[in-house]
Amino acid sequence: MTSQHDYAAAAARDATNPDREALLAELARVLPAAALLSATEDLKPYECDGLTAYSALPWAVALPQNDEQVVAVLKVCYARQVPVVARGAGTGLSGGATPVVQGVVLSLAKFMRILEIDPLARLARVQPGVRNLAISEAVAPHGLYYAPDPSSQIACTIGGNVAENSGGVHCLKYGLTLHNVVRLRVALMNGDVIEVGSHALDDPGYDLLALMIGSEGMLGVVLEATVKLTPKPRTAQVVMASFDSVVDAGDAVAAIIAAGIIPAGLEMMDKLATAAVEDFVHAGYDLTAAAILLAESDGTAEEVAEEIAAMSVLLEQNGARQLRISQSEAERLKYWAGRKAAFPAVGRITPDYMCMDGTIPRKHVAHVLTRIAELSAEFHLRCANVFHAGDGNLHPLIMFDARNPGETERAIAFGAKILELSVDVGGTITGEHGVGIEKVRQMCVQFSREELDKFHAVKAAFDPLTLLNPGKAVPYPRHCSEYRLIGSAR
Amino acid sequence: MNDQVEEFRSRILERRPLRLRGGGSKDFYGGPLRGEMLDTRSHSGIVGYEPSELVITARCGTPLAEIESALAARRQCIACEPPRFGAATIGGAVAAGLSGPRRATAGSLRDFVLGVTLMDGEGRELIFGGQVMKNVAGFDVSRLITGSLGTLGLILDVSLKVMPLPAAEATLRFELPQDQALDAMNRWAGQPVPLAATCWQGDVLTLRLCGAQAAITAACKSLGGERIAETEAADFWTALREQTAQFFAGDEPLWRLSLPSVTPSLDLPAPQLIDWGGAQRWLRGAVDVASLRDMAAKAGGHATLFRGGDKTGGVFSPLPPGLMEVHRRLKQSFDPYGVFNPGRLYPEL
Repeated sequence: MTSQHDYAAAAARDATNPDREALLAELARVLPAAALLSATEDLKPYECDGLTAYSALPWAVALPQNDEQVVAVLKVCYARQVPVVARGAGTGLSGGATPVVQGVVLSLAKFMRILEIDPLARLARVQPGVRNLAISEAVAPHGLYYAPDPSSQIACTIGGNVAENSGGVHCLKYGLTLHNVVRLRVALMNGDVIEVGSHALDDPGYDLLALMIGSEGMLGVVLEATVKLTPKPRTAQVVMASFDSVVDAGDAVAAIIAAGIIPAGLEMMDKLATAAVEDFVHAGYDLTAAAILLAESDGTAEEVAEEIAAMSVLLEQNGARQLRISQSEAERLKYWAGRKAAFPAVGRITPDYMCMDGTIPRKHVAHVLTRIAELSAEFHLRCANVFHAGDGNLHPLIMFDARNPGETERAIAFGAKILELSVDVGGTITGEHGVGIEKVRQMCVQFSREELDKFHAVKAAFDPLTLLNPGKAVPYPRHCSEYRLIGSAR
Repeated sequence: MNDQVEEFRSRILERRPLRLRGGGSKDFYGGPLRGEMLDTRSHSGIVGYEPSELVITARCGTPLAEIESALAARRQCIACEPPRFGAATIGGAVAAGLSGPRRATAGSLRDFVLGVTLMDGEGRELIFGGQVMKNVAGFDVSRLITGSLGTLGLILDVSLKVMPLPAAEATLRFELPQDQALDAMNRWAGQPVPLAATCWQGDVLTLRLCGAQAAITAACKSLGGERIAETEAADFWTALREQTAQFFAGDEPLWRLSLPSVTPSLDLPAPQLIDWGGAQRWLRGAVDVASLRDMAAKAGGHATLFRGGDKTGGVFSPLPPGLMEVHRRLKQSFDPYGVFNPGRLYPEL
C-alpha cells in the first residue's frame, strides 16, 4: 500500500529519473500526444483497479488507438525492459491491473468497436475494450446473447474477462469465459502478434487459447477476440426459497443437482447479505431467513414449467419454508437485481469491504460458512456471504473501516484464513476473480514449489524477460518462505 | 498403487524416449510411434465420484467404458462423448483430446477437464486445476495438457466435470443436399431448440435432440422430418462416435477437416461426411495434401490426416513460426530431455 505522502516523494523522484524521461520520449514518438499520460494528476485514476486497498503510481499510461500503436508501445518497453500492465475497465477485484512502479499501464479503453457480428455462425469479433453487456445488446436483434455475465458486466471489458476467465451467475449451465471465447489475436511482449483459437472448433497443436484465458495479462495483450453467441432462451423463471439454516439450503442445492437438473442459475445469499441488498434494491427478499436460494430455469415454456415444478418439490423436501416463483419477467429481473447488486449493497453499509472468491466442493458449504462465522467473531469483523451455489464459488464480503488503525490488516488476515480454508476442504483460492496481487501469497498454500516453477516456465515461454504484469498471480519462492514464516508466528 | 507411479518415475528418469500408451485404441493417430512403450493400464481405477458434485476423478489407465458405466449408473455422462475406439483409457482420451458427436453443442473434452496430476520429464508429480467447477488459480495447465498427445508429460490422474444424462432424446431425419443441410444446421443452432448433434451424409441430414421431454416434443413438432426409432437412432450415433459406420470402413485414408461451421460446401474429389453442425468434415480418399491444407486454411480451419494414408506430408497442419516457437519452449520446460512421445504431434516436439 502506498500513501498519498509516498506518491509526492515518488513523483518528485520520477520527475528527474533519466530512464523515465528517455522512455517518455520514445513513447511520444509512437503515440499521439493525447494517448500518453505522464503527469501525476493524470496517472492517479490508474493507480488501482477494483481492489482499492492496493495502489501504485506508474511512470506512464499509454492509451493506444490501434494495433500498430500497441505493438509499438510493447517494443519500446521491451527494448528498455520496462514492465507493462494491460488494463481494461479496471473493475477487477484482485489487483490484476494494479500498476507496477516504474512501469507503463497499457489501457485498451479505446478499443471499443464490435468489428463483426455473424448471426449464422453465432460469432462476434470484438476489440478488447468492448464491454461485456454491450455484446449482448448488439446481438439481441438476432435472438442471441453473450452468456458469461459477471456482476460488473455493465462496465467490465471482454479483454479483462479473458484475463480473469470471468464467470457470473449462469456459468454452471453456460460456462465461463473459457467456454465462450473461441479465438484471440494477441500481442506478445516482444511485439510479435499471434493468433490462438479460430472460428473452427479446434486447432492443431497445444491449446494455447485455454492457457491465455485466465492468464491475468501475464502472457500477452489481447488485440481482438471472437466470442461465441448463444440463442436466447424463449423464457425464464426463477424460484426463490427461504431456509432456516444454511445446512438445509446446501442440502437442497445438492438434491437439485443429484436429480439431474442443471439450473440456469443457482445462487445462495445469507442473512447479512439479503439485509444489505433489500435496503438497497427492495428485491422482496425474505429477511427472516438464514439463507435464501435463487434457482432459475430457462428454455421453452413447457420445459421451464416442468423444471420449476421439479425444483420446487426438491426445495420443499429439503426444508424450504417459503417458495416464491417469479410471475413476470419484471419480477424475475427484480430477484436477480438484488443478487447482482450484492457487492455495492454491502458497500453501502460499510466504509470498506473485501470480496473473497474461494471455490469449494459444494458438500462442504455448511462447514465453511460455520467456520467463516467463527472467524468473523475472532477478527471482530462482519462478513456477508453470497454464493454461486451451483458451482461452489463462494464470495464472502469482509466489512471493515480502513480509517481504524489495524483494521485493514485484520481484514486481510481474515481473508487469508478463508482462502486457506477453501484449500483445506479441497477447493481453490480463486474461482473467477483471479489471483492478482491480492492472493499471490496464498498461491503458496495451494501449490508446491515445483508447480509454481512450472507456472513461471509457462510465463517464460511467452514472456522470457518477465515484463508483462510482473509480480502478479504466481509467487516467487521468497514470497512463500515469508508467508510460511508469518503463518508459523501466528 | 504408488508402486506403479514409482515405476513410471524410474522409467522417465532413464531419460530415454517413451511411447505412452493406454489401451492402444489410438495407435493409428498422430505421428510415428517412437520410444519404448510405457503401458499406463496398471494405474487404473476411479478415485472419487460424487454425483451431486458433478465431478469424477480417475487414474489414467482406467478404461473409458468403466468410467462411463459408473456414470450411467447414476444417470450421468461425459457430455462430449469422447470416442472409445475399443479399449480407450481416460488418460489416452484426455491426451488425444478428441470429442464425439455432441461436441458442437455440449463442448469439447477440454471444456470438461477440471484438473490433472502430471508427471513431467524430471519425474515430478504436479497437480494442476482441481475438483471444483471454477478455478483460476495459476495458468490453466490441465487444459494445455488436453490434446497435447502425451508430449508434455505423463497424465497420472484426471478430474472431469460430468453432466446429467439427457432426460429425453429424439432423432430426426431429413432428405437434403449438402448446401441446404449446412444452412439448416447453422440456422437451427442459432435457435433455442435442444439441438445435440447433427450429421450429414449422402444427401441425408440426421439430427439429434437431447433435453427435457417437453422441449423434445415441441422441437419435433416444429422441425418436422422423419423420426427414427430409439434403438436405430442410438446405434447410428454410436457408429458415428466410434467410426464403425460404413463411411469409415476400409483402408482409404481418412482426412478430418476442422472448419468454421458456415464454410460453404467444398468441391472435393472424395466422399464426405459432415458433423458438428458443419464444423467437422470427414473425407475418404487420397488427396493432394498441400491443396487440401490450403483450402482448409483459406476457410479458416485446418486438415488432419486422421487415419491411414501417407504420413510423410505431416499429420497435422503446420504451425506458423511464432506459434511453433512458443510450443518448443513449452515442450522444453515440461520435457527437457525429450522423453515423452517424441514426434507424435510435430517432428519438432
